[in-house]
Amino acid sequence: MSDVVIAGVSQTPVGEHWDWSLRNLAAQAVQAGRRDAGGLMPQVVYIANVLASTVSHQANLGSLVASNAGLAGVEGVTVEAAGASGGAAARMAFLAVSSGIVDVAMVLGVEKFTDQAYAEAETALAQTMDADYESMQGATPTSQAALLMQRYLHDYNVQHDCFAGFPLNAHANAAHNPNAFFRKPISRQVYEQAETVNEPFNIFDAAPYADGAAALILTRSDIVPKDVGHGLVRITGSSIVTDTLALHDRTDPLAFQAAGFSIERACSQAGILPQDADLFELDDAFSIYAALSLEAAGFARGGEAWRLAEQGQIALGGSVPISTMGGSKGRGNPVGATGVYQLVEAALQLRGEAGKNQIPGARRALVQSLGGPASTAVTHVLEKLI
Amino acid sequence: MEVPRHWRLRQQRYALVGEVCPHCDAKLFPPRDVCPHCGQEARTRFTFSGRGEVYSYTHMSDAPAGFEQNAPYTVALVKLEEGPLVTAQLTDLDGKPVEIGMPVEMVTRRIRSDDGEKGILVYGYKFRPVLAGPR
Repeated sequence: MSDVVIAGVSQTPVGEHWDWSLRNLAAQAVQAGRRDAGGLMPQVVYIANVLASTVSHQANLGSLVASNAGLAGVEGVTVEAAGASGGAAARMAFLAVSSGIVDVAMVLGVEKFTDQAYAEAETALAQTMDADYESMQGATPTSQAALLMQRYLHDYNVQHDCFAGFPLNAHANAAHNPNAFFRKPISRQVYEQAETVNEPFNIFDAAPYADGAAALILTRSDIVPKDVGHGLVRITGSSIVTDTLALHDRTDPLAFQAAGFSIERACSQAGILPQDADLFELDDAFSIYAALSLEAAGFARGGEAWRLAEQGQIALGGSVPISTMGGSKGRGNPVGATGVYQLVEAALQLRGEAGKNQIPGARRALVQSLGGPASTAVTHVLEKLI
Repeated sequence: MEVPRHWRLRQQRYALVGEVCPHCDAKLFPPRDVCPHCGQEARTRFTFSGRGEVYSYTHMSDAPAGFEQNAPYTVALVKLEEGPLVTAQLTDLDGKPVEIGMPVEMVTRRIRSDDGEKGILVYGYKFRPVLAGPR
């Protein structure tokens, strides 16, 4: 098995890009990713995307992206696993390079959310749930998260504002990320007084969906151009685990079992414990997901992850920094591309290029993306190559 | 219009018909023909009583397309008395506050309207607070 390194990364700003189409966004990220990798030409591009076939009426992105972004003729396919698509595409690239069959693979996350009015786009997102038994009942991804939060408050006898620490941390970190959608810190008071959208949920408990594209170039270390001009990051663990698609098919919906198993497998492959990581880029599409992910990974017992947030342990200087560049809450949530953004941000931390949000001496990162309420969980372990 | 799909699901939607595993006796809803508990084939039909309690709930103010007329509405996870959880709307609340553990029973209601006036009306299960005492 070959070692796999991240030779290049790129990201467009996340936001409402009215003047950029799916193909513009993709081309920008592809070109910038290749430049960052010293001009390496990928032999394959794995495209992470969820909404193009509904929101943009566009399928077969492999052909579209390759031919529009200067990769004509290159092998290209879409990888879809709801919000875990970015992580899943990275997993495919990791398998391709580590098998020795592919020398250079590109992972491209691209999502164009704003081509439809919000209600239509949210309906498109609801396709990632069980169509016959969840979305047909009027449920949405947001209502799934709200159901989990309501039960969490009940089982652990805590108040809604215990979740404040998650969006507060995300917004504080996003303030220093030039690619973030929301570059403004929020106060506890603003959180506590925010409008309730899906009781018990308020507007700060859900990350804003947005447009964006990000890319990674994966290869073997001996192929990376000597003058690439930045540090390299090795992928030492990679895992995808699935759980039931529908929340109601689980014995314990608060357990996020796939998230926990995926962390275990990726860490055991890398030969580390989760606590050995200097940062944990988890999935904070909803504040309750951040809490359940920390608990599934073993950083806190059931019902206690919010304490890590209250104590500042999830902040940049804490014991388990999360959402270090703003997470989905602050950076924005470009659905299928989100997992690629997470990997790009973790790689920049390990390269020492995270600017004001740099975690001093960061050597190891855990990166986890979730499809739905951990119906799919993808985890990667990244390590700085010394 | 998705007519075949709605037709195919009519027994589940109108009568909560699921399955019982002949090997481990687990009651399954939705039906899936393979028992998730013991992994063996489970095709024996089983009609659920429709009684259960609220496991969790959320009030939704923003409705997805097709459900705008219902908004605001309440989506719940209902724990059926035979075991399974089911995702469904609560109805007939008449301003009554919802609580986790609240006893509910299944009723058939209009779920959504597809494609406006020329489309089909989809009926199916919702749950309402239990009206009388135990049957």
